[in-house]
Amino acid sequence: MATGSEVLATRLSTARAEAPAGFALAWRKYSTSYFFMAPFLAFFVVFVIAPVVTAMALSFTYFNVLEAPRFIGWSNYKLLFLEDDVFVTAIGNTLTFAIITGPIGFFLSFMFAWLINPLKLKTPLALCFYAPSITGAVAMGVVWKIVFSGDRYGYLNNWLLGIGAIDEPYMFLAEQAAIMPVIMFVALWMSMGTGFLVFLAGLQTVPTDLYEAGKMDGIKNPLQEVWYITLPMIKPQLLFGSVMAVVAGFSVFEVATSLAGLPSPLYAGHTIVAHMYDFAFIRFEMGYATTVAVFLFALTFGMGRLLMRMFSSKNEY
Amino acid sequence: MATIAQQRVAYDDTLPRLWRSIRRASPAPSYLFLLPMAVFSMLPIVYVISTAFKPLEELLLFPPPFLVRRPTLDNFQDLLFATNALSVPFTRYLFNSVFVVLCTVMLQVVMCSMCAYPLSKARVLPGRNLIFGAIVAALMFAPQVTRIPQYLVVQKLGLIDTYGALILPSLAWSYGLFMMKQFMDNAVPNELIEAARVDGAQEWTIFWRIVMPNVAPAWNTLLIFGFIQLWNDSFSPLVFTRSEAMKTVSVAMIGLTNGPATIARQGAQAAAAFLMTAPTITVFLLRQAKVIQTMAHSGIKA
Repeated sequence: MATGSEVLATRLSTARAEAPAGFALAWRKYSTSYFFMAPFLAFFVVFVIAPVVTAMALSFTYFNVLEAPRFIGWSNYKLLFLEDDVFVTAIGNTLTFAIITGPIGFFLSFMFAWLINPLKLKTPLALCFYAPSITGAVAMGVVWKIVFSGDRYGYLNNWLLGIGAIDEPYMFLAEQAAIMPVIMFVALWMSMGTGFLVFLAGLQTVPTDLYEAGKMDGIKNPLQEVWYITLPMIKPQLLFGSVMAVVAGFSVFEVATSLAGLPSPLYAGHTIVAHMYDFAFIRFEMGYATTVAVFLFALTFGMGRLLMRMFSSKNEY
Repeated sequence: MATIAQQRVAYDDTLPRLWRSIRRASPAPSYLFLLPMAVFSMLPIVYVISTAFKPLEELLLFPPPFLVRRPTLDNFQDLLFATNALSVPFTRYLFNSVFVVLCTVMLQVVMCSMCAYPLSKARVLPGRNLIFGAIVAALMFAPQVTRIPQYLVVQKLGLIDTYGALILPSLAWSYGLFMMKQFMDNAVPNELIEAARVDGAQEWTIFWRIVMPNVAPAWNTLLIFGFIQLWNDSFSPLVFTRSEAMKTVSVAMIGLTNGPATIARQGAQAAAAFLMTAPTITVFLLRQAKVIQTMAHSGIKA
C-alpha cells in the first residue's frame, strides 16, 4: 500500500515537474514540423486567408481606394441583386457557360481518357487533346479571331459563304446571339486539361484483375463495366476533376475577354469575373467589386461542397 | 428475380466479347473516332506555328493557305526588333515573363514540398486537419476572387509595379501543396523515414535526401503546371503592375490582339502567340510521363 501511494506521489510530482517541461518537449517535438510549414503558411495567411476575410468585410463598405472604407451595410448586396442589370447578364452568361461547358467538358475528358487508355498510341493522342489547354486563351485568341472574323476573310465565314449557307458574312464576335456559343466552343476546345490528365492517370491505376472478377460476377457489357468498376475505382479522381471543372466554369474570364473584349458588345460575353474586374480595376469601386467576389466565392465553394457530398453518398456501395 | 433471369438469357457473351476485342485487340473504331478529333484539336496550334513563319506575301494570299510554303523569320524580327506596335521592346516582356515565372515556380515548389512533408509524414501534428481542410477549401474558389483584396495587401506592402507583386502572391499555391501531399502519402513509405530517424538523421536531411528524390515525379509535375499557369496568367500582371516595362508576354499579347485581326498584323500576332505557346508545350512534352505518374495520386477522397 505504501509503495502504491509512493508511486502515485512520485507520479504526481513528475507530472507537476513536467508541465512546463511538457510544453517545451511538445515544442521541441513539433517545432521542426511547424518550421517546415512556416513559409507556406505565412504566405497562405497573408495572400489567401487575409484577402478572403478582407473581401468579406469590404463587401459591406463603400471603398474607392482613395478614401477610407465607409460602412454601408447590405447596400452593395441590394444593389448587386436588385438593381445591377449588367450583373444579371453576367450571372446569366456565367451560369450558361458553367452549366454547359462544365458537364460536357467533364464528360468529354472522361470519354477521351477512357477511349485512349487501352490504345498503343496513347501518349501522342493524349498530347493532342491536352495541348490546347496549355496554350493559353490569350495566345490562341489570335487564331480564333481569324477563324470567327466578321468579314469574308474569316475562315468560318469564308467556308459558310462557299457552301452557300449564308449570303453575307456573319459577325460572330459582335452579334449578341453568337458571342456566348463561340466562347463556349473555344472553352470546350481547351477543356481537356487537368481533369483529363487526372482521369487518364486514374484509369491506369485500376487493377486489371478487377475486370476479370467483374466478368465472373455477371458484368456483361462494357457500359456496366464502366459503371460498376471503373467509375467507383477512380471516384477520388472524378471528384477532383469535377471540382476543377466547376471552379474553371464559374471563373471564366480570359477566354471571354480575349474573344469578345471587355466590355463585350451589349455585354453579351460579360461574366462574373469580368464584372468584378470592371468594377475593381477600371472603376476602382472596390467595395462593390468585393461584393461580386464574395458572391463568386460563395457560389464555387457551395458547388464544391455539394460535389463532395454527392461523391461521398455514392461511397456506400 | 425473373428480370435477372431474363437478363442472364438476354446477354450472351458474344457481344461484349466482340466489343472488348474491338477495344483491346483491334482498336480501329476507337482510332477512327479519335484521330479526326485529335487532328481537330491540334489544328489551331499548327496554324499558329505555320502562320508565325509565313512571309508577308503568303499572309496576303486569299484564301489564306493553311500551311507555310516558304518559311521565314521576318515576323519574329518584326516582333522583336520593330517596336512600332508596342511601347516597349517585346524582349522586355519576354524577360519579365521568364524571370517572374522561374522565380515563382522554384519558390512555389520548394515551399509546397516543405509544407507537405509534415502534413503527410509527421506522426502527430496538432492542427493538421485544420490546415489541410483550409487548403482543400482554397482549391474550391476561383483564383481571381482573392485578387482584389490581394491587390490591397500588395499595395499596403508597397509592392505595386514591382517583381515582388508578381511573385509573392502566387507563392501560397494550394493546388501544388495538395498534389504534393497526396503524392507523399502514396509514394514515400513511412518505414523509409522511420529508418532514417532511427539512424539519427535530421529532419532537414531526411527531407532533402530521402523525401524529395522519392517525390521527383510530383515536383516535376508541379514545375510544369506552375510554369504553364503563371506563363499564361494575364490577370495578375494586369492588376499588380502599372508601367508597361513591368508587364509580361501574356499582357503584351492582349495589346497585340486587341482590335480587328488585320492581315498585316497577323504575322506578328502569330509570332507572339508562337513564342507564348512553344515553351509550355515543350516543357510538357519533356516531362509528360512524370506528369501522368503524379496525377494518379491526385484524387480527393470525400
